[in-house]
Amino acid sequence: MAFQAIKFYQTGTFTVGNRLLDPEQRSVQADMARTNALNSGHRACQGCGEALGARYAIDAAMEAADGQLIAVNATGCLEVFSTPYPETSWQIPWIHSLFGNAAAVATGVAAALKVKQQKKVRVVAQGGDGGTTDIGFGCLSGMFERNDDVLYICYDNEGYMNTGGQRSSATPPAARTATTPVVGGSPGNVFGQGKNLPEIAMAHGIPYVATATVADLRDLEAKVRRAMEIQGARYIHILVPCPLGWGTASHDTIRMARLAKETGLFPVFEAEWGELTSRLTIRRKTPVEEYLKPQKRFAHLFQPLPELAIVARLQALADRNIRKYGLVEGGAS
Amino acid sequence: MLKQIEGSRAVAEAVALCRPEVICAYPISPQTHIVEALGAMVKGGELQDCEFVNVESEFAAMSVAIGASATGARAYTATASQGLLFMAEAVYNAAGLGLPIVMTIANRAIGAPINIWNDHSDAMALRDAGWLQLFAETNQEAIDLHIQAFRLAEELSLPVMVCMDGFILTHAFERVDIPTQKQVDAFLPTYAPRQMLDPAEPVSIGAMVGPEAFSEVRYLAHAKQLQALSLIPEFAAEFAEIFGRDSGGLVRSYRCEGAETIVVAMGSVLGTIKDVVDEMRDLGVSIGALAIKAFRPFPLTEIRAALQEAKRVVILEKSLAVGIGGILSTNVRMALSHLNIHGYTVIAGLGGRAITKASLHRLFAEAHAERLEHLTFLDLDQGLVERVLERERSMRRSGPIAESILRDLGVVAARL
Ligand SMILES: Cc1ncc(C[n+]2csc(CCOP(=O)(O)OP(=O)(O)O)c2C)c(N)n1
Ligand code: SF4
Ligand SMILES: [Mg+2]
Repeated sequence: MAFQAIKFYQTGTFTVGNRLLDPEQRSVQADMARTNALNSGHRACQGCGEALGARYAIDAAMEAADGQLIAVNATGCLEVFSTPYPETSWQIPWIHSLFGNAAAVATGVAAALKVKQQKKVRVVAQGGDGGTTDIGFGCLSGMFERNDDVLYICYDNEGYMNTGGQRSSATPPAARTATTPVVGGSPGNVFGQGKNLPEIAMAHGIPYVATATVADLRDLEAKVRRAMEIQGARYIHILVPCPLGWGTASHDTIRMARLAKETGLFPVFEAEWGELTSRLTIRRKTPVEEYLKPQKRFAHLFQPLPELAIVARLQALADRNIRKYGLVEGGAS
Repeated sequence: MLKQIEGSRAVAEAVALCRPEVICAYPISPQTHIVEALGAMVKGGELQDCEFVNVESEFAAMSVAIGASATGARAYTATASQGLLFMAEAVYNAAGLGLPIVMTIANRAIGAPINIWNDHSDAMALRDAGWLQLFAETNQEAIDLHIQAFRLAEELSLPVMVCMDGFILTHAFERVDIPTQKQVDAFLPTYAPRQMLDPAEPVSIGAMVGPEAFSEVRYLAHAKQLQALSLIPEFAAEFAEIFGRDSGGLVRSYRCEGAETIVVAMGSVLGTIKDVVDEMRDLGVSIGALAIKAFRPFPLTEIRAALQEAKRVVILEKSLAVGIGGILSTNVRMALSHLNIHGYTVIAGLGGRAITKASLHRLFAEAHAERLEHLTFLDLDQGLVERVLERERSMRRSGPIAESILRDLGVVAARL
């Protein structure tokens, strides 16, 4: 079923009660038969966006695959907090091999399933932004290029959180991390050229690429469902705020994700065969300050003196996304 | 069936007879012909029910094999040298996870300086990764060891490397006996995994283990390897029954009865060593040879039993542990602890340097006469080394070592 935008917003939020929806439109999490693929009891921090994203994504994939799913996990927070020996939070067949090889291990799983003619069993690989955009990039690109039948999900918390919050190639400019400290002339992360992995995935011409955030979990579920309808290499990049690494309150995880989208800093879209097919427009255009201010990793942009020039550069990045992806209804696209 | 074929082709045919289900390939000399042949067999339909995956690196090759093996498929790959090092992290991982992958190592030197020729540095570099390591002496044995390797790997749920000398074996055309499918099927049952990613019975593979149990997990890896010390001879005996020839095993003695001097080595160089032993025996020298077929697990007891009557042992190895000397010899000497036997380490054949009968005659004669240094580099051009050292003493910017050596030798490209 195609994803339908919900019109019954509760005042001041974008959340909607499931009871207002037709049963088939309801979240997978509202279903008593959900798999709880990532079960309770894991050791993620309070308010962890990655745990939330994984829970929704994998349960949605499980539903789409009729419970016939194998998951491959890169090293990182998700892996560490879910499987401290001798316990595991995973209720599905799950394998962790290394930090940089999740996509290739998933290729191996897919190859084995193919040769054994287990057509119903599907494969998902998952990793953090470090495991995806940096160390696992080669394996991921190989998996894309061969169009292996794998859904790869990147949980992007914009840094190497499991090792204490160091910079990755997905860390935004000006952000403070453990390896881009607030010392010296231009504090925080450099303004590089960026490494837009969803676009790089699109450049491989694979059948499906999407971005999502944990602020819009029904959108995330719909995208996972769409991805699961397709054979071949698929990529979903989910923005998952990390209270510990970003220096945000645990109850602000969803608000942060929403602001990332509403400012234009994190464009939410879909693409098939390398071409953009949909995007979530910005409902209420928000200046980047609103997103940056609650995050301690950007605190140096506002005190002791406001760093207006740096904030303006970040605003320019958001504006460029808005132009490029047509994120504002009626605006240039 | 008897065939006159290239070693790589022979290995490919043997692997195909083992009914692999997923093969991952990334090219590196001298391994290329093996995976090329397998790729053609899969594409041509000769090898059915098999996925051949062209990956983007050796790291991916081993990772794909890990995923496939964990999903219950019989997985195979092959590599050498830089490729083995490039996949090192995944090599350890496959063993740690207990996945019965079989991998051919077409043994080759490790750079820098880059060198495509044979020695054992690659396999030695990963000797402690938790894989079984079997060394082939001939192409026939390479064939046979692959068949045994799948059986061993799957019985133990541990990965196995079959090491064969690059070029010397992989590229040599020799007469080999390719077994029939019926023989291989009789020897190698279908793969019944001990652990498997299966939606019907979900398990988590590769969980994090802390200090509370890590030692036990590692100990088990060791204990499982030691089980191979009885399984290897057992399977070799069973193999002999079905295939009608002796292949593999832990060690093999050659004319060691009453030998005062025993030469220990691995791989194809044993052919030359045995010839020299024969010639020296004809001259009345009391000398024999011991082939080590399984380097991991290391058959300490069998080696000790084979060597304990000797007066001296010459360990000839194609690898160098920079800063100490031998690797094989360090292991062999452990087997000889508390025995009053003189041990000589000889580093030979590095980067494809030919090990000639003439050199071995000289070497063994010196050893027999107790005139050998404890660490010797066979046929080392001492003058050349001295000149480079002298240049380094006399000028600061002495230049890249490899270049100075080649300039000194007056050759533009490497020669054997
Ligand atoms: C080869 C290798 N290098 C480094 C590490 C250390 N390491 C483990 S997890 C991790 C960070 C993971 O970051 P990311 O992929 O973004 O996931 P997150 O923890 O942020 O969810 C690092 C650097 C490792 N395990 N393996
Ligand atoms: S550090 Fe961040 S990503 Fe990791 S568990 Fe905590 S909140 Fe989640
Ligand atoms: Mg991260």
